[in-house]
Amino acid sequence: MATTTISAQRRALRSTVAKKVIMAVSGLIMVGYLLAHMYGNLKAFSGMQAFDEYSHHLRELGEPILPPSGALWIIRVVLLVAVVAHIWAAVLLARRSWTSAGVNRYETRRNRRGIQRTYASFTLRSGGVVIALFVVYHLAHLTWHWIEPGGSSPSPYGRLVAGFSVWWVVALYVIALLAVGFHLRHGVASALYTLGAGTTATARQVIVVVSIVTSLVITVGFLIVPFSVLLGVIQ
Amino acid sequence: MNITLRVWRQAGPDVEGHMETIEVPDVSEHMSFLEMIDVVNDRLTLEGKEPIAIDSDCREGICGTCGVMINRQAHGPVRATVCQLHMRSFTDGETIDVEPWRADAFPVVKDLVVDRSAFDRIIAAGGYISAPTGSAPEAHSTPVKKADADHAFDAATCIACGACVAACPNGSAMLFTAAKVTHLGLLPQGQPERGSRVLNMINQHDEEGFGGCTNIGECTAVCPKGIPFDTISQLNRDMLGALLRGE
Amino acid sequence: MAEHESTFPVSENAPSGPEQQQLPDADAYFTLGDPIADTKAPGGPIEARWSERKFGAKLVNPANRRKLSVIIVGTGLAGASAAATLGESGYQVKSFCYQDSPRRAHSIAAQGGINAAKNYRNDGDSTFRLFYDTVKGGDYRSRESNVYRLAEVSANIIDQCVAQGVPFAREYGGLLDTRSFGGVQVQRTFYARGQTGQQLLLGAYQALERQIAAGTVTMYAKHDMLELVVADGRARGIVVRDLTTGEIETHFADVVVLATGGYGNVFFLSTNAMGSNVTAAWRAHRKGAYFANPCYTQIHPTCIPVSGDYQSKLTLMSESLRNDGRIWVPKSGEDTREARDIPEEERDYYLERRYPAFGNLVPRDIASRAAKAVCDEGRGVGPSGLGVYLDFADAIKRLGRKAVEAKYGNLFDMYAQITGEDPYETPMRIYPAVHYTMGGLWVDYDLQSTIPGLFVTGEANFSDHGANRLGASALMQGLADGYFVLPNTIADYLADGPFEKIDDTHPAAVEAVTEVTDRVQKLLSVKGTRTVDSFHRELGQIMWEYCGMERSEEGLRKAIGMIRELREAFWNDVLVPGSGNDLNQSLERAGRVADFLELGELMCVDALHRRESCGGHFRAESQTEDGEALRHDDEFAYVAAWEFTGTGQQPVLHKEDLVYEFVEMKQRSYK
Ligand SMILES: Cc1cc2nc3c(=O)[nH]c(=O)nc-3n(C[C@H](O)[C@H](O)[C@H](O)COP(=O)(O)OP(=O)(O)OC[C@H]3O[C@@H](n4cnc5c(N)ncnc54)[C@H](O)[C@@H]3O)c2cc1C
Ligand code: HEM
Ligand code: HEM
Ligand code: SF4
Ligand code: F3S
Ligand code: FES
Repeated sequence: MATTTISAQRRALRSTVAKKVIMAVSGLIMVGYLLAHMYGNLKAFSGMQAFDEYSHHLRELGEPILPPSGALWIIRVVLLVAVVAHIWAAVLLARRSWTSAGVNRYETRRNRRGIQRTYASFTLRSGGVVIALFVVYHLAHLTWHWIEPGGSSPSPYGRLVAGFSVWWVVALYVIALLAVGFHLRHGVASALYTLGAGTTATARQVIVVVSIVTSLVITVGFLIVPFSVLLGVIQ
Repeated sequence: MNITLRVWRQAGPDVEGHMETIEVPDVSEHMSFLEMIDVVNDRLTLEGKEPIAIDSDCREGICGTCGVMINRQAHGPVRATVCQLHMRSFTDGETIDVEPWRADAFPVVKDLVVDRSAFDRIIAAGGYISAPTGSAPEAHSTPVKKADADHAFDAATCIACGACVAACPNGSAMLFTAAKVTHLGLLPQGQPERGSRVLNMINQHDEEGFGGCTNIGECTAVCPKGIPFDTISQLNRDMLGALLRGE
Repeated sequence: MAEHESTFPVSENAPSGPEQQQLPDADAYFTLGDPIADTKAPGGPIEARWSERKFGAKLVNPANRRKLSVIIVGTGLAGASAAATLGESGYQVKSFCYQDSPRRAHSIAAQGGINAAKNYRNDGDSTFRLFYDTVKGGDYRSRESNVYRLAEVSANIIDQCVAQGVPFAREYGGLLDTRSFGGVQVQRTFYARGQTGQQLLLGAYQALERQIAAGTVTMYAKHDMLELVVADGRARGIVVRDLTTGEIETHFADVVVLATGGYGNVFFLSTNAMGSNVTAAWRAHRKGAYFANPCYTQIHPTCIPVSGDYQSKLTLMSESLRNDGRIWVPKSGEDTREARDIPEEERDYYLERRYPAFGNLVPRDIASRAAKAVCDEGRGVGPSGLGVYLDFADAIKRLGRKAVEAKYGNLFDMYAQITGEDPYETPMRIYPAVHYTMGGLWVDYDLQSTIPGLFVTGEANFSDHGANRLGASALMQGLADGYFVLPNTIADYLADGPFEKIDDTHPAAVEAVTEVTDRVQKLLSVKGTRTVDSFHRELGQIMWEYCGMERSEEGLRKAIGMIRELREAFWNDVLVPGSGNDLNQSLERAGRVADFLELGELMCVDALHRRESCGGHFRAESQTEDGEALRHDDEFAYVAAWEFTGTGQQPVLHKEDLVYEFVEMKQRSYK
């Protein structure tokens, strides 16, 4: 009543709900990427040649329609946009919630954990930061080659095996993937609710299962490789 | 039974508040929580002190007036309003911490009383069906599927108590807003304004300073009327639809 | 009629005449004034009266409506619906309530349902039957014209509410479900599970909020009306206290509407909300509005019994429970067994026994009195002995637990929550409690009080329910008044406006504000030794004991004396902490109790003068041989409208004779 429909639209595009939609879509894009990335990583079990070929193949994907590395760049751009959008929205929403609810809003020390909150929902923001830091480290190592724990190698496979032979590198990955796992346990379900999928009790049950499965698959799927290297299954 | 109350005292909106400890002997387990406070207040009055300001009206769990944080649970340990909470839910010798709802959009008025008028403004922004008096068609001209009517009713039972906001880690009023969007959106009468309703209500929700929902679900766990979580998804869906259709 | 001219009530067989009054306390309780009449209702065929009145009423041109302002105090069904409708029609409306949101008005608590003569069941219902049932239910103490109009617009209410999205219960076919309610043999009650009042109020509230957003209504929540401004013979404004800041404000308009609900809280313990009060109505009464039939209160039979002396209010269990629950007590008062261990033949299903035709569904007053009677015989159950069983064992056997749960689940949960007992396993315990007040400010057919420009709607007026209200009819009346009646009749008054502008400097406003500030100061400055609640509780006990379910000449006289003393004690010994400059809940209550202390006396005077039993008013001296109520139509078929003359002074009784042209007066019989 107070606003005309046009301006209501425009305002709604900047609303918290719209920001959540951005988080959800960007988050799901990242989930998709991670699933593919994980699948690619598992090629490590097929040996150096297969892995390096796969890595190379990524760069040829879409040729000759696309220029060399075209598909990879498309993926990178989409991913980068998703990451930026995701972090941008996360920061705005988090800041808003700190003003709306305050950080230590109640004096009492009782029941600080809430009533039914999952641990996953608690660690969403802190976990997100952990993931972000990890990705910087990860890229520095495997994409930009700025750092070379465990020694350098011209082949991606070689770099990977060298890196995972170092215990603290694996430890870093474990921390990061636990963070990812928790983030997705809440994140996937949350994204689906945000996109309007949870309108019945049954749908919600399905969504919870989907989110648990996704987070387990991704966490375990990724961690197999570093542990296999550390334990000598992959050399 | 005997209990110790730690209760938030704040003389006015712009004054610092603090927790005050009050010993309360001889509490009957059949008393409601508010009746226990009544007794405390009578005593404080006779001792020449200011009684604790706390709001209640119907005392039967339907008006939504009462509502405080008890041991950091909205409405206390039982999933019902404070007026329906009885002392039998506590143990002898227990210390009970009582605080007002806290949210930026709910400023404290005094002690345990907060200002929830933001809720009214969210409803005013679109939480209605425009049906001018006297213009209504015969009631039976629009049948409504029983399932839809029941579901709409479930959502319509919200009492605007504000527990959802008080419990939400983001200080979001999404459950409250979603309950009304769902109630009206499920009925045939509510269709014409469905899109504009959700947009306007969400805009108002944000303008009031409530946080964004991140689907944490604390709200539904404390809602005394059991407003289901589905409503939030329904709101999101309606909102997306309205944005995509350009309503 | 000589007796009627006496200035004090005398018992039936006492010789009449002033010289006979030697008792020391037999001061004259009231004086008799001129009769009054409702002059607005047209005569002629009853079906045509409302249309005729609407046609006869002046209209206000839409362009002029913007220049006319309306104050509406109260946002319950009656107030919210009126504010929304008048706002929509283009008047400038100011709406007030004491709660922090209009949606919390006490109407929200109504459970059972709302009547309407839709005849969807094809069970012989009709406007005339609803009219007839209401007049009969009111024990022939209501106005035919008003009641007929109520029945007539009832069907529109359902249409209106459905259009607003009120989620009434529906059948599988998608159509509205109805049930029978409270002593009526047709199924005309529409409901929304056990939360009908809530859903209806939210519908009205949402319509109100829509108008607030549109700018036609300005809302003042947390504002307590403490005085009426009557300037140059017309109600022109109110004085309110902003409950959060303590500020005293004046508001002016061309017309004032009171929709402030009932005064059941005079009993302290009642099913009303804690804040329900008589202040708005009482202040208007003091300013010249007649108060009609104050002694007519309805005691609801199915409430949860009192559990201790800290009790702050009583909770109603919807009357619909009586459709399937059976009421009983043990045959012997000595029986201390658990309910389930008492064999069938040692139970007394006393309602089914005494009223075979209606059984557990007899009207509220009969069910309440019967419960009191068995408890007085010492056969009551529960720790206090003030309770009877309401048993669902048979219903669960017959319909299955699931069906019972679907119908009454939320009520059972509520009961379990409050008492800590499971009503699926052991029978509920219930006891009567004050629930509704049929009396209220006197209004004519237009709902206008004796002060020009002061209209009164909903439970705050006396108009439609006579001496007793049928279940599910209060919601109907509130919405009828607010959506359909008032918006038409108020126009007739407003057509002569806008009236001369007045402001704070008008002597009437100055006087009203001074009255309020003085009172607040006085309450704060007594600084006595007793809390407000202790006075309220004591008043409640007096009222319950002597002006409750059964009243007697002797008791009422005694009560009047006690109330006067209590009032005196109050003003000398009340302790109101804090100041008037911020939220002060003790101060709010103190003002209300002060008014209850005046109202209580008038109720007793009214009860004393009405030496008959009718509806909710049962006079011990007026009963049949087998203990049923005995009405005296030859003497008391009138509305008693009281004029205020001063605190503790004799009020003046004005009688409005009731004429029955369409319904024949009969002694009620539910045998
Ligand atoms: C527990 C319960 C169950 C009931 N169930 C039913 C039922 O099933 N069916 C049925 O028909 N009836 C039922 N009734 C009766 C019915 O609910 C009421 O009679 C009806 O709702 C009264 O409506 P109202 O609008 O007149 O007043 P209320 O709803 O009482 O509203 C009063 C309004 O006036 C305001 N107000 C009061 N005093 C002041 C003041 N001094 N200053 C400012 N504002 C003031 C309040 O804020 C409030 O907004 C029930 C009643 C109770 C108590
Ligand atoms: C880069 C660092 C990241 C940060 C800082 C971050 C932060 C957050 C935060 C704070 C939320 C909660 C949203 C809210 O507050 O409303 C969130 C949600 C989400 N995140 Fe992340 N995240 C990051 C990375 C990721 C990654 C890598 C993925 C996927 C693989 C992901 C998937 C999701 C999903 C699906 C959601 C749910 C969206 C919703 O609530 O609707 N996030 N993220
Ligand atoms: C054990 C786990 C992992 C392994 C073995 C692994 C391996 C690799 C390798 C080898 C590359 C370089 C590919 C190339 O440049 O050709 C890479 C790139 C990348 N990885 Fe991982 N990764 C793992 C986990 C993760 C996780 C958990 C994330 C995100 C949260 C992630 C995000 C990325 C990104 C964003 C790139 C850059 C892609 C690009 O260059 O476009 N990786 N990873
Ligand atoms: S959604 Fe539940 S918790 Fe929130 S205001 Fe409504 S009833 Fe209260
Ligand atoms: S707790 Fe808060 S985050 Fe959303 S689901 Fe409820 S509003
Ligand atoms: S006082 Fe009304 S819900 Fe508690």
